[in-house]
Amino acid sequence: MESKSYTTGSRDNANRNLEGSKTLMASHFLRALFRIQQTSTTRSSFAGRRRRIRRAAYASMAYSAGTRRAWSRALLRKLRSRARLRFPRRLSRAARPQRGDTDQAQVLRKLVPGGPGMDYCKLLEETADYIRCLTTQVRLMQTVMDSISS
Amino acid sequence: MSSRRPRSWQSSSASRITDEQINDLVSKLQAVLPEARIRRSDRVSAAKVLQETCNYIRSLHREVDDLSERLSELLASTESSSAQAAVIRSLLM
Repeated sequence: MESKSYTTGSRDNANRNLEGSKTLMASHFLRALFRIQQTSTTRSSFAGRRRRIRRAAYASMAYSAGTRRAWSRALLRKLRSRARLRFPRRLSRAARPQRGDTDQAQVLRKLVPGGPGMDYCKLLEETADYIRCLTTQVRLMQTVMDSISS
Repeated sequence: MSSRRPRSWQSSSASRITDEQINDLVSKLQAVLPEARIRRSDRVSAAKVLQETCNYIRSLHREVDDLSERLSELLASTESSSAQAAVIRSLLM
């Protein structure tokens, strides 16, 4: 039986921070998940439950990164305002053309939370971190799924 | 490596950001993309990295949606305490 925990795999010191935030992510997501299960009734819709789980996924991502990153701050703002979590969204602010900016960068801005407000360099930086966090969250959800269904 | 430079920033004298810095950030981004999409050892244009990045993020968002749906089904059909125990057990291993 494979017992690969999703938290293993980071080796060097620079990833200590990542380990801590992975734990934070897991505990937040699990608590949200079980709360959703307990408060879901037979009357509540499947779609509603799925929306809440999806929202919990992005919430645990945002809380694990906290206020340290621009993308997580943007996500937290969205979550707190109870706005619909949608990617990509229409650009609410016109981004000034930046050094190295391309059409592709504009596309990327719509996919990363807080993207429209970032200059090109910030966008590249934030995107790398956002992807790391996203993949961690996806792996977490897969692990949860595997263990519940086994 | 592509060095297409939009006219818009060539005239900006206030910018202190070098091409080297940008290249460095682009390669760091390339490093978080899965090997299946872009081999890390390859020297790829920034445009290609950005394109693959966008594709990858979109696929990750889709995965979150898909996993949310499957988790929703699972939670509905599973008895609460056994699910909790199973999950906690596996994550602590």
